[in-house]
Formats: sequence, structure tokens, C-alpha cells
Amino acid sequence: MAEYQNLFTQVQVTAPPEMGIPLDRARDNTERMGGPWHIHLLGRLGNAQIGPIYLGFLGVAALFSFLIGFTAIGWNYLVQVNYSPIEFVRQLFWLSVDPPPPSYGLSIPPLNQGGWWLFSGFFITLSILLWWARMYRRARALKMGTHVPWAFAAAIWLYLVLGFFRPVLMGSWGEAVPFGIFSHLDWTAAFSLRYGNLFYNPFHMLSIAFLYGSVLLFAMHGATILAVSRFGGEREIEQIVDRGTASERAALFWRWTMGFNATMESIHRWAWWFAVLTCITGGIGILLTGTVVDNWYLWAVKHGVAPAYPEVWAPVADPAIAPGAAPTPAQ
Amino acid sequence: MIARPSFWIAAASLVAVVGLTGCERLPVDTVQVGYRGTGMEQVTNPRIAKSLEAANTVPEALEPADSSGPKARQIYQNVKVLGDLSVAEFNRLMVAMTQWVAPEQGCAYCHNVANFADDSLYTKVVARSMTQMTQTINAKWQVHVGATGVTCYTCHRGQNLPTKLWFTEPDAKVAGRLLGNNFGANRAGVEANANSSLPIDPYTPFLLEDKPIRVIGDTALPTGNRKSTMQGEWTYALMMHMSQSLGVNCTFCHNSRAFAEWEQSPPARATAWHGIRMVREVNNEFITPLTPIQPANRLGPTGDIGKVNCATCHQGVGKPLYGQSMLKNHPELSGPDHLLKTTIATPQAQAKTN
Repeated sequence: MAEYQNLFTQVQVTAPPEMGIPLDRARDNTERMGGPWHIHLLGRLGNAQIGPIYLGFLGVAALFSFLIGFTAIGWNYLVQVNYSPIEFVRQLFWLSVDPPPPSYGLSIPPLNQGGWWLFSGFFITLSILLWWARMYRRARALKMGTHVPWAFAAAIWLYLVLGFFRPVLMGSWGEAVPFGIFSHLDWTAAFSLRYGNLFYNPFHMLSIAFLYGSVLLFAMHGATILAVSRFGGEREIEQIVDRGTASERAALFWRWTMGFNATMESIHRWAWWFAVLTCITGGIGILLTGTVVDNWYLWAVKHGVAPAYPEVWAPVADPAIAPGAAPTPAQ
Repeated sequence: MIARPSFWIAAASLVAVVGLTGCERLPVDTVQVGYRGTGMEQVTNPRIAKSLEAANTVPEALEPADSSGPKARQIYQNVKVLGDLSVAEFNRLMVAMTQWVAPEQGCAYCHNVANFADDSLYTKVVARSMTQMTQTINAKWQVHVGATGVTCYTCHRGQNLPTKLWFTEPDAKVAGRLLGNNFGANRAGVEANANSSLPIDPYTPFLLEDKPIRVIGDTALPTGNRKSTMQGEWTYALMMHMSQSLGVNCTFCHNSRAFAEWEQSPPARATAWHGIRMVREVNNEFITPLTPIQPANRLGPTGDIGKVNCATCHQGVGKPLYGQSMLKNHPELSGPDHLLKTTIATPQAQAKTN
């Protein structure tokens, strides 16, 4: 019997394409298009069958909207390197479409003064929201729960806080994240520096805890199921109601090693909530930064979070306010 | 059939090796500099340290000269700065300066050899101003250079021009363009910001102009600090320049859990604070005024003169030349009092900005 003991799925079923179940609405049946065809290599990572895909109005609108935003960013990159394809590739990670300078506030700036950031941001956000609606509609059409779109919504919440809600509350598009590989990373570091160290933001702490927790849960769950797949453990959903030997062995394993075990059903709730709360708490932490807390380190000192350490050097005085120096200009 | 695991391991290794080619070879040395468990440590790479040591040896000092006898200004004409030296001392310094700055061209780099008093070569005018600058730094900015002081060699290292000079970055080409504004940032391979996408030229606003560097608020809750995250990126770029120039981590000057807090900062931060003011004064009082006499090939893209930053002296080490003092063999560069009284602003006036 085939076993799951490799990084890659070793079992591939060769069968006629699975077209999916018929649905009530005629359109939901007729608008499935493309393929299906089989790709063996993809079968090692997931399902070898590609398609059919349902695009529909929302899908087409989302793709179209994404392409507008993506292309606007790409053209800006290309002009930044004077249309040189070699430089485009070499500098790709450095190039960026930045938001308008803070002096523009929340007004609409000229295109080349951050207007492209608003333009691209609008269309990419529109595309994300349309894609969310599409996910929701497809889930309902299949009479599934809507857990996937709501998990996606958690990520969209964080995205909107970073690029829309917080800049609006701060009164400046300039507070938003640039569209660039390195530039958004440098922004993240600068953001933490400007607001006095984000590690002292309790919601940032929660977000990290849920993020690392998600990683841990994912590893534990994936490993557990693979480990009992020789007993049919990958048929998780069946085993929620019809507990088999795989489920019982997995449960016993965790009770032995740590005294407690999740069930075949609850482990998925654990994973869903950890993943979703990563984004929800993270978004709250960002939203509070600058709007209600200006310096997280000082906030943490004020509330007894940041400890004081013994002095190693004689304390340094700020030379700008040292005796004899002219008064410091107002911050 | 499935590929053999060894194939995948080899492929992954290849990707990892190629991906790491841009990194320094490990291992690095780590020295704890603060309270245990706080991450206050300095990281150095012994492989880099070796080449730095070779690049930071000091040339042998010339034999001391006799200070008796007639003064230089009595014997030579047009001696405006070093006239109080004896002729022997004066000539010794001229020989040293030649070795430090123009070992290949010799005296003729600055002097009209038919008439040494002639000021017609711009290099001579520059050299005079740079001598005054060196004296000023040694006399007035001991808060930064200490008793170690600086000489021409600290920056020049046997070259006509110091290897680390900077020019103002031209504005992004925005006029007449519909798109492609990089806002003076987002370029690959910029040494100033440690090859990040941060602003390309943090020198002009902070080391020539005195734009505010501090962006972090000093209260927990918002009380009117309107410094933006974007402004923070400019400060961040300047700090990356300082870190690169000195070959040190952030923790050389800052407690990285609270960058703004002076009470928790290592003492080097105060030295660096004065260094920023010193560089600003050097660029404004001594370097920029020499712009009109520079030949065109010495000017930058905006027609500005090559200016100094932290790297000009430090060149990758925490103390230039590893703190070896060349000034002690050239006390004439320590700066005569009359110069300070007449031409130079007081440190207090300079310290007014943050």
C-alpha cells in the first residue's frame, strides 16, 4: 500500500476529470470553463487536475482591476530605470511606487507626486475586494460555510489598516506603505523606529504570538496527519464523526506527550482562529500606532511593561539640551 | 517515477549557495557591550578586520624639526596660516603634506615652482583652507576627535582627493514626466544607505543643511509630534551611513530597544552627535566656499564640490586609523588660538540644532 513518507505526495490517482457537483443555478454549472487537464508534476504538490475554473463577473472584474494596478506599478518601475530591461531586472527589488509626501495630506496629488500610488492602490484594493466577494459567492454556491472568505477578510483588514484606515486617521497618505519589495520592508523598519519600537505594542505582541502559534499548530497538525496516514488518518473529516484507529492513535500520542489533545474537528478551529487573529490583532496594533500612541517604548515604561536594566555606562546626557547649548527647537 | 531525494537536496543547496554569495563569510565575532540579555553587542568579521588593519596603518613620522630660528613669515612671502612656525618646522610640514596628499605630483601639485608664494594654482588655495580646517577641527571639535586629532592623512591617505566624498543627488527626473518618480530613494547599490531602498542622499539635508534628524516622540501618547514615517526613513538612511562608515552596529551608539533614549545610550552616541555638527560645519565653513575655484571635473552633477561625511575620515573603522594619533607628531596642526578667536563660530552656536 502506498504510504505518505515523503516531502511530495507519492500517490496519484489516474482517473477521468472530476467536473464537480451540479448546482441549482444554471449559470453556476455553465460558467465553469478551462480544461480540465492533468499535470503530473502538480500532482506531486496537490491535485494533478487543473480546471475547471469559474470566473464570472466578479472574477473578471477582479483580474481586470488587478491588471490596471499592477501595470501602473510596472510602468512606473520601468520609467524609474529609463526603460532599461536589464536595470529593471537588476533593480526590481529596490524599485517602488511611493505614496505622496505628507505635505499633500489626504488630498489627491499629481500623478507623479504620489498620484500613481493612489491610482494603483485603488485598483489593487478594488481587485482584492472583488476577489473576496467572488470567494464568498463561490462558497455559498457550493453550500459551503464561509470560513475561507472570512479568513481572507482578516488579511484584508490588516491590508486596509496599513494602506487606508490608518493613513486616513493620521490625515496623510504619506503614512501608508509603498508598493515595492524592499521599500515596504524598509518602511516597516522605519515605522517601528518612528513610533518608538513596535515590539512594545501589545497588539504586535499578540500578533506575533498568533503568527508563531499558527506555525506551530500547522507543523503539529501536518505532522500528526502524515504520521497516521498509514492508518487512513488523512480522511480527517470522516473521522470527526467516525473515529478510527488513526484518530485514536493521534489523540493518544498528544495526550501522552503533552496531556491534552485537540480533536479531528477542533484542531481546524485552532488553526483557523490562530491564523485569523494574527491579522486581526496586527491590524489593531497598527491602527493604534500614531493615532493614540506615539511612542510604544514610553507607553510600555508607563505601564510597567518595559523593564529597567542596571546601568553599564555612565548615563549620557542629550548634548542638545546640555548646559551651555542653545535651547532645543520644538519638535 | 519520482526524482531521487539527492536531486532535490542538491538543487536546494545550489539555490542556497547562490543566494548567499552576497554575504560575508561566517563566522563573525560578537562582543557583549551592554547588560546581559539585551542584545547590546558588536559584531565584527575577522576577515574584514584584516584588510581594514592593512588600510589603516599610519606612515612613519618625519624627524622633528628645530623650532628656533626665524619664523616662516619672515623668510617666505604670502604665508597666511603657518607663519608662526620656524622655517624648519614649516618645511617639515610641507614635506609631510606632500606625502599625505600628493606623493606623486610633489610640490608642483600646489605650487608654481617658479614662485612658491604664488596663489595662482587653485590647489594651493584649497590646501591653505584645509590647513585651517584641520586646525579648527583639532582645536574646537575635541569633543569629537579627542586628543587624537586629525591630520591631512586622516582623510587623504596619500590621495589628492579623499576616496570618500559625496555630491548632492540631482532631483529625480520628474519635470515633463508623467510617471517614474522615485522620490530620491529606491535605487539598487547605494552605498550611503547600505544598499537598501532608503533615500539615496541623506547627506544634503543632514550634513550640509540642518534638517531635523530626530523623529521619535518624547511622550507615550501623541502630543504634537508630526514627524512622519517618511521622515523617519531619511533619518534611518543617515544612520545607515554612519553605521557603514564606522563598521559598527546600531548598538555602538544606541540601545536598540529605545533608539531615542539618551539615558540608555552608549557614550559613543554623544561623540557621534558632535561629529554630525562638526561635519556640517566643515562642509559649510571650509569646503563649500571653495566651490568657485574648482575645475569642472571636480564638481558633481549639480555643480557642487565633493563634500565630507563620516566615511571621509572613518573609512570603515570606529576610530579613524584605529585611533593612532598623527597629530602628536604635528602639533602645528593643533590650531593657533588667534585663528579660533577671529574666524570661527563657537560650538554653542553650532549646537543649537538637534
